[in-house]
Amino acid sequence: MTTQAMTAGRAPMPGMKVYNLKLGMWIFLLSEVMFFTGLIGSYIILRFAHPEQFAAPGQVLNINLTAFNTFLLICSSVTMVKAYAAIQQGDQQGLKNWLLATIVIGASFVGVQVYEYIALAGEGFVPIADAYHAVGRHMPHDGPAIGGQLYGSTFYTMTGFHGTHVSIGVLCLCFTYWRAAKGAYTADNLGGVEIMGLYWHFVDLVWIILFTIVYLV
Amino acid sequence: MSTIEQEMVHAAEGGHHDHHELPFIRKYIFSTDHKMIAKQFMFVSLFFLVIGGLLATMMRWQLGYPGEPMPGGMLLPDAMMAPTPNGAIMLPEFYNSLVTMHGTIMIFFAIMPLLVGLFGNLLIPLQIGAEDMAFPRLNMISFWLAVPAGILMLSSFAVEGGAAGAGWTSYAPLSVSGEWTGVYLGQQLWLASLTILGFSSLVGAVNYITTVINMRAPGMTWFRMPLATWALFVTAILILLAIPILAGALIMLLFDQTIGTGFFRPEVGGEPLLWQHLFWFFGHPEVYILILPAMGIVSEVISNRARKPIFGYHSMVLAIIGIGFLGWIVWGHHMFMSGMNPLLGTSFMISTMAIAVPSAIKTFNWLATIWKGDLHLDSPMLYALAFVSMFIIGGLSGIFMASTPVDIYIHDTYFIVAHIHYVLFGGSLFAIFAGITFWFPKMFGRMMNETLNKVHFGLTIVLYNLVFWPMHNLGLQGMMRRIYDFTQYEYLAPLQPMNQFISISVFLLVAAQSVYAFNFFWSIFRGEKASNNPWDSNTLEWTVPSPPPHGNFPEMPVVYRGPYEYSSPESDTDFYPQTKPPPSKPPVQELIPEPVTPTPEGF
Repeated sequence: MTTQAMTAGRAPMPGMKVYNLKLGMWIFLLSEVMFFTGLIGSYIILRFAHPEQFAAPGQVLNINLTAFNTFLLICSSVTMVKAYAAIQQGDQQGLKNWLLATIVIGASFVGVQVYEYIALAGEGFVPIADAYHAVGRHMPHDGPAIGGQLYGSTFYTMTGFHGTHVSIGVLCLCFTYWRAAKGAYTADNLGGVEIMGLYWHFVDLVWIILFTIVYLV
Repeated sequence: MSTIEQEMVHAAEGGHHDHHELPFIRKYIFSTDHKMIAKQFMFVSLFFLVIGGLLATMMRWQLGYPGEPMPGGMLLPDAMMAPTPNGAIMLPEFYNSLVTMHGTIMIFFAIMPLLVGLFGNLLIPLQIGAEDMAFPRLNMISFWLAVPAGILMLSSFAVEGGAAGAGWTSYAPLSVSGEWTGVYLGQQLWLASLTILGFSSLVGAVNYITTVINMRAPGMTWFRMPLATWALFVTAILILLAIPILAGALIMLLFDQTIGTGFFRPEVGGEPLLWQHLFWFFGHPEVYILILPAMGIVSEVISNRARKPIFGYHSMVLAIIGIGFLGWIVWGHHMFMSGMNPLLGTSFMISTMAIAVPSAIKTFNWLATIWKGDLHLDSPMLYALAFVSMFIIGGLSGIFMASTPVDIYIHDTYFIVAHIHYVLFGGSLFAIFAGITFWFPKMFGRMMNETLNKVHFGLTIVLYNLVFWPMHNLGLQGMMRRIYDFTQYEYLAPLQPMNQFISISVFLLVAAQSVYAFNFFWSIFRGEKASNNPWDSNTLEWTVPSPPPHGNFPEMPVVYRGPYEYSSPESDTDFYPQTKPPPSKPPVQELIPEPVTPTPEGF
């Protein structure tokens, strides 16, 4: 790997163990960690303060559907690794194919999430506190509400912010694909693919935590 | 990500090395040059500083002359002022907006961008020997996110219901619904504006941290970095980790207001206290974001103007890091009165008082630096000394409030108003005056007028103390902060003369700032031409022309020593630039190609 292309044309400096793009991405991800920490921390506090507002796992949320979605996202991390491995070997075609696969799977994740939102909203599970009336899955619509308003608020905020991150990731992947199609990446100059991968794996990791604490616990 | 990549390609293709003249719009508006972005931040934040000062002036009119028509009040719309035959009287709702917007604008749009946006951008690349930031285009985006945030914030004055009125801390449930404040859209604009500004700061922080870690010149080890850069580096870490917490909280509050979620609404089970925790978990690091760069600037100026090495350089660095770390575990001291387990309160009290240790280390180091120094009492030094003395007063009153039993008595009174202004105005703003005056020649190639600066300094330090010192007394006598008309309480009515005295002092203090404003603009065009190194300083920014060209350093500087080698016996002058090769070492050219190994002085 030539350092010149990856270090913005500078000779190796004190500290220059990692090229700027990668270091910058890691630092940015630290702030992302803090962002989701804030959201998850608030969720934990609200849930401990008002356990009666939250339903048992599976009562309202469709765990099977989301488990499938989780599987999709993990697969997309694998294809992202394959894309990076391909360009490490200088395989331009492999890079494009695996990037395309990642885009398709990532977009599918967002699609499934939108479908899930529509289905849940149809059952009265909404973020608007005053309109909340979730009766639970496969229950008659005029039944008693399960959980409370905070359930809807926290669910949509947390999964929604994750979904936004995935959507932004898909857009960035499209850009990476467009650059790859122009032949911008080589075995010596793959910083763009690597930091795309870092972001994508981070989003994947966050989802595994969210899936556990929002759906399974 | 796109911009980073393009930037990398741009830089790899040679970047600035081709010296073609940039078109006007690329050079002055959408510039990627860190020095130009620093100046952009400076002009915009100085504008906001003036706005914030005017808001304070209006508040002080109401407090000094409660219920009396305000001069010029007829010019303001009826939503703010109630017209009477004798003139317009301020409405209580507008007073609430003034309190909120004065705090918000001064903290987020004046002091923070001046310290971080101006000095971070100006000093970091120049002091570590880099040609620019690690991501110049992200740097430009950082500025151009701050501008719309500022426009949104100001525009909230014009919407129905007026600007946000729940205080700069925006406590829930007061801030959640317009039912309580009468402010609907204004509060949402406030939240949206700060969220956008948060992005701006975040992007800047990523840039600063990457630049300091990765772009240092050969020989610039961690412990050869100037203290201003050290302070800005730690500040950037605080911004990076604190701002996302604020962003999350702001967005949750915005959702509560717009789509009706329930995070902070007690009527649906939400937790208003959660807002306070989230806000202050951000807010206390924020306080150090506002003071650490000021400490760094002052360290530069004091060492230089005393012509002595800074006393205890390593302890200065460790104190910066210590303050940065302790800032994360003290947020509860803002909430002693919000209902808190006394045991927890005591822990927060102890951790807060622990911050006095690194702060005192810094203060004594500054004093020891001045001790028997060859003092040059020109204006940057005067401002810096004002910082140290005012910071001591503000720091000591902070310890009063850190102790729970005292805080119960003085919480939410004018004592806290006095304290915050002693550290933010007496501290940060004096350091900003010191910094702008000190680096003015580097920014504009001209010196500021010394006489005018001394006049400004004399007026400001006296009037400033006349304004804020009596506020301690007001607070101890029970006058609460954020109050529209304190004379409605019988026990506070006797404080009217003292309030009037403070208000008159504020009017004079604000008027005195015009001296600096005049000097600033006059000196940009008419000031005495400055040499490359007018202060005989050691650090790298003074080795390049004033103002430095695009790309900063004609060739890569090599650093041989720390930044504060003043009056060194090894040098024939009373300063010893970081780039000057020691007599026994080989010349520069032979050093450049070799990869540099950190000296044992480094980590």
